Amino acid sequence: MRPRLEARVGTSRTMVYATPVMAVILTMACGSVLFAALGHQPPAVLYAFFIQPLSSTYGLAELAVKATPLVLCAIGLSFGFRANVWNIGAEGQLTLGAIAGSGVALWAGGDAGPWVLPAMIFAGLLGGAAWAAIPAFFKTRFNANEILTSLMLTYVAILLLSYLVHGPWKDPDGYSFPQSRMFADSALLPLLTTGTRLHLGAPITLFLALAAWWMMARMFIGFQIKVVGLTTAAAGLAGFSVKRLIWITLLTGGGLSGLAGLFEVAGPIGQLQPTISPGYGFTAIIVAFLGRLHPMGILVAGLFIALSYLGGETVQIELGLPLAVSGVFQGMLLFFLLAADVLVRYRLRWSRAMTTQAAG
Amino acid sequence: MAEAAAPERLKLRGITKQFPGCLANDQVDLTLRPGEIHALLGENGAGKSTLVKIIYGVLRANSGEILWNGQAVTITSPSQARRLGIAMVFQHFSLFDSMTVAENVALGLDHGAGLSALTAQIGEVGRRYGLALAPEQVVHDLSVGERQRVEIVRCLMQKPRLLIMDEPTSVLTPGEAEALFSTLRQLANEGCAILYISHKLQEIRTLCDRATVMRAGRVVASCDPRQESAYDLARLMTGADFDQARKPPGRPRGKARLQVSGLSLAAAALLGTPITNINFVVATGEILGIAGVAGNGQNTLLAALSGEQPCPGAGNIRIEGQDAGNLGPRRRRRLGLAFVPEERLGHGAVPEMSLAANALLTGYDRQDLLSRGNIIFARTRDYTQRIVQSFQVVSGGIGSPANSLSGGNLQKFIIGRELLQEPKVLVVAHPTWGVDAGAAAAIHTALLDLASQGTAILVVSQDLDELLQISDRIAVLSRGQLSECMVTADADVARIGLLMGGQGDGHGTQTKGEQRAAQT
Amino acid sequence: MEILAAILITVIGAATPLLFAAVGELVVEKSGVLNLGVEGMMVLGAVGAFATSLTTGSATLGILAGAAAGAVMALVFAVLTLTLLANQVASGLALTIFGIGASALIGRGFVGMPLERLPGLDLPGLSDLAVVGPLLFGHDVLVYLSIASIPAAIWFLNRSRAGLVLRSIGENHQAAHALGHPVILVRYLALLFGGAMAGLGGAYLSLAYTPMWAENMTAGRGWIALALVVFATWRPGRLLLGAYLFGGITVAQLHIQGFGIAIPAQILSMLPYLATIAVLVAISTDGARARLNAPASLGRIFHPEA
Repeated sequence: MRPRLEARVGTSRTMVYATPVMAVILTMACGSVLFAALGHQPPAVLYAFFIQPLSSTYGLAELAVKATPLVLCAIGLSFGFRANVWNIGAEGQLTLGAIAGSGVALWAGGDAGPWVLPAMIFAGLLGGAAWAAIPAFFKTRFNANEILTSLMLTYVAILLLSYLVHGPWKDPDGYSFPQSRMFADSALLPLLTTGTRLHLGAPITLFLALAAWWMMARMFIGFQIKVVGLTTAAAGLAGFSVKRLIWITLLTGGGLSGLAGLFEVAGPIGQLQPTISPGYGFTAIIVAFLGRLHPMGILVAGLFIALSYLGGETVQIELGLPLAVSGVFQGMLLFFLLAADVLVRYRLRWSRAMTTQAAG
Repeated sequence: MAEAAAPERLKLRGITKQFPGCLANDQVDLTLRPGEIHALLGENGAGKSTLVKIIYGVLRANSGEILWNGQAVTITSPSQARRLGIAMVFQHFSLFDSMTVAENVALGLDHGAGLSALTAQIGEVGRRYGLALAPEQVVHDLSVGERQRVEIVRCLMQKPRLLIMDEPTSVLTPGEAEALFSTLRQLANEGCAILYISHKLQEIRTLCDRATVMRAGRVVASCDPRQESAYDLARLMTGADFDQARKPPGRPRGKARLQVSGLSLAAAALLGTPITNINFVVATGEILGIAGVAGNGQNTLLAALSGEQPCPGAGNIRIEGQDAGNLGPRRRRRLGLAFVPEERLGHGAVPEMSLAANALLTGYDRQDLLSRGNIIFARTRDYTQRIVQSFQVVSGGIGSPANSLSGGNLQKFIIGRELLQEPKVLVVAHPTWGVDAGAAAAIHTALLDLASQGTAILVVSQDLDELLQISDRIAVLSRGQLSECMVTADADVARIGLLMGGQGDGHGTQTKGEQRAAQT
Repeated sequence: MEILAAILITVIGAATPLLFAAVGELVVEKSGVLNLGVEGMMVLGAVGAFATSLTTGSATLGILAGAAAGAVMALVFAVLTLTLLANQVASGLALTIFGIGASALIGRGFVGMPLERLPGLDLPGLSDLAVVGPLLFGHDVLVYLSIASIPAAIWFLNRSRAGLVLRSIGENHQAAHALGHPVILVRYLALLFGGAMAGLGGAYLSLAYTPMWAENMTAGRGWIALALVVFATWRPGRLLLGAYLFGGITVAQLHIQGFGIAIPAQILSMLPYLATIAVLVAISTDGARARLNAPASLGRIFHPEA
């Protein structure tokens, strides 16, 4: 008797919702074992990780602050993934958006005009989109694999950022620290409440998530994206242009990631620094999968992963565990999700090994 | 030379194979003697492929016996078949493009011979059987004929006692085919039995000692092809005794709705067949059938008609009098064209999506399912419901995925989807392939009704019976070229069979293989 | 002259981890699997090697531990993608994120602790030669192992039957399956090898290059190794060249700054990545692909039809 995977007809709806939950539970279970092995009581660690960060208003606001770039990037990525376009350069597109927006902010200087912030937002969108246009061009024109091109560009973007903050954009009054000037107030995202870092970017993100939901569920373009991702031949029959959809998904993904970058530098950071993201662009990929590539799912997943970042910070402060625990947790979560995912498309059967027959 | 006294190499008795909805082999008997070149003759869908897959161990029969050299055997896998001494060259090659000939041959062998020893062996086998191959050449650079030689050499290295060839000359030039024949004759002389699947009558009459003719899963005749005329073989293959449910005659031929003129197009797929100088017209209320065995350019023609592949000239295709050759599928639909492709799942429908989503797939314009970029779900559901009801599609509801429907029901759905759009021109490929009889009848009735309402219909099919039943006029596509259109009521069925077999007038121009050879 | 030799020695040091990881990845990709988890395997190899070496006092055990750590991670990846048919891109990324975090967790007790550098070979007579001695004969065993892996890979892929079968699986896994070759098993073995090699690359970093442990000390070298495989168009010989080229560029910015040349370091550092994109674009047009060595089944999930 051995286990066998038997393909289902269609996908199991129950499993689609159940597997993220299963993955979370398995991760928590493994995490507990890990914490116990490290000499900490699992309940204490789990509390510090999951509950404590949410126990204050500031904590809840931080959750939204951390979730904003994750959700934004993930939504942009999800369009591409649905269309079978594997953009993993969100981190680079995020960086370019931050650079472009910062450029506007620095150029505006102390100008207090109301045009500054909208211009920065626009620049952020453009910067990210332009960075994603490069893999789009290479894919549609030369059939070059977008995984590697977008990834390589991430490195280039980070190096560009390093160059700018160490060189031309370095704050002359900054004691030679590699960072730009602090942005003037007109170039910062307004805060929603005093006492927290919650900024305008969060509600904008929520709005965009809802818009993305509308687009994918109810609009024809969303339908086209889904069809192209599932069956290119049927898309051809329907008259959908695969190349056009590659461009659209990459540009939107890049633009949203760029916007996320802009929100970070115009929000919590307030200037351009050598590191503006603890890998949000990569973690957003996990968020996208955990959220089943669905905007509402991504919203929930984004909050959950944001919690894991906060949790990591909390256990670092409270229990002396390294911040790296977040990465372990996030990686494990994606592992278990991917592993459990097989149950969506296949059924587990116990059977005697049979000689199977190929259909003629 | 066939040795009548020697024990039979292979004997099949009462082989039966049932697939869901289709009896592929029905009590098939077959006898092969050593040194005999035996043809297995029949149209596509006659059951030939299934039978040889049973012999080669890819499939198991439901009932019947297999005797190898007089002993009963059960063949459970291709490697067991190879151990018995059965080798097969499939229509679709298992070759590795970026690797050399020698490496490809080595991969097909069960033991690891050193590459240098192998190179010598390939040269020897090549010389002996006239299969010239350069062992160090990369397969990607080889012509189709040369690739086939690699497959054959792979088989011959195992010293087979029975060699099965599945439609080997469908992609060969006459010259390459001749070379293949001399190889096969030599093998036969050495005592190897050869089972040769084909529908090409002239070459069977040239090459083969005996022929078994199959139709609809049954053996209908066993004869010596050299004693029969091509005409008689064609009649056996296509069957003169079919149900002549012809349409009522005397319908007025209206204006041309679909015009194809001077259409020549290279195939988009790597090994597809190009089409040359296609001309035909389909008028109001008329059904034109295009007959032909798969692989003669149908896919290229269909892609050109649907708009999935653009035509060289805008005027190559005119729909309702308008140039459409350079329009994509969406704009052709707006002109009134509807299209049903050959492959249901993966082309005609998205397997994982619901019926409603699949209705939206092509109906979005003509059924007004969009409003300012948004999908009108109520109207889509309504449209889907109408399709399901009008065509009696059995399903788990309009939300169930397309791949949960049976072949016949999905086909009814796809055709219904197009028919309800009230197209002016309908192009449909293989409308009843793999469909049960009841659904097939429903589909035929629907097509006839549509024609009587004025739509011009083009049916491309391998099923000659079907075309004879429903079409007003009929033409044959062979090697990328179209014969003249004949009125079905007056058409000579045997002649059509000949045309499908590659015989007949006006097909003297180059095959794809010849063109490629000329280019290098 | 001594300066040149000194520079070359640093280049060798920078190239070695890249070479290890890239050779492993090349074999994996030749079998048709795209392993984006190289970075995670490398960093776990680094921490595993360092921790083992420090606690047991044995450099050999450290090296073995590094390889083993990489192989274990590769096994996880293999189960996910080959048996559970998960998406290769997502699985590789998960592995990288997990690996970076797990290595930081494991290594937190070892940060800042000193370790004796892996000793160089001491060949009597040869190592003492004036300039050539240290340059050619004075390196540690891992450097020579990494260079030796190239001809070994060439031999394996081009001259052995196992390598032939592996290449065929990467080229056309359906055809290979039809001919009876064990697609899944071969890919499992290839991944174990690739993981071990990535682990060795990481081990070199923490045992020889900079004998210490710091969080995320691989700093993206695993990703560069992936790019190297493309840059080398899947040919081991060219991989050697590429690794040393990229290694040279990595140390170039230090030396160039030392020479006072005004190109910003970061711009120089971009060159390997830009070069990779250029090469990728140039080789990606369909016709060229078949003539080169890109495995056609790369990244595609294998569903046996039976």
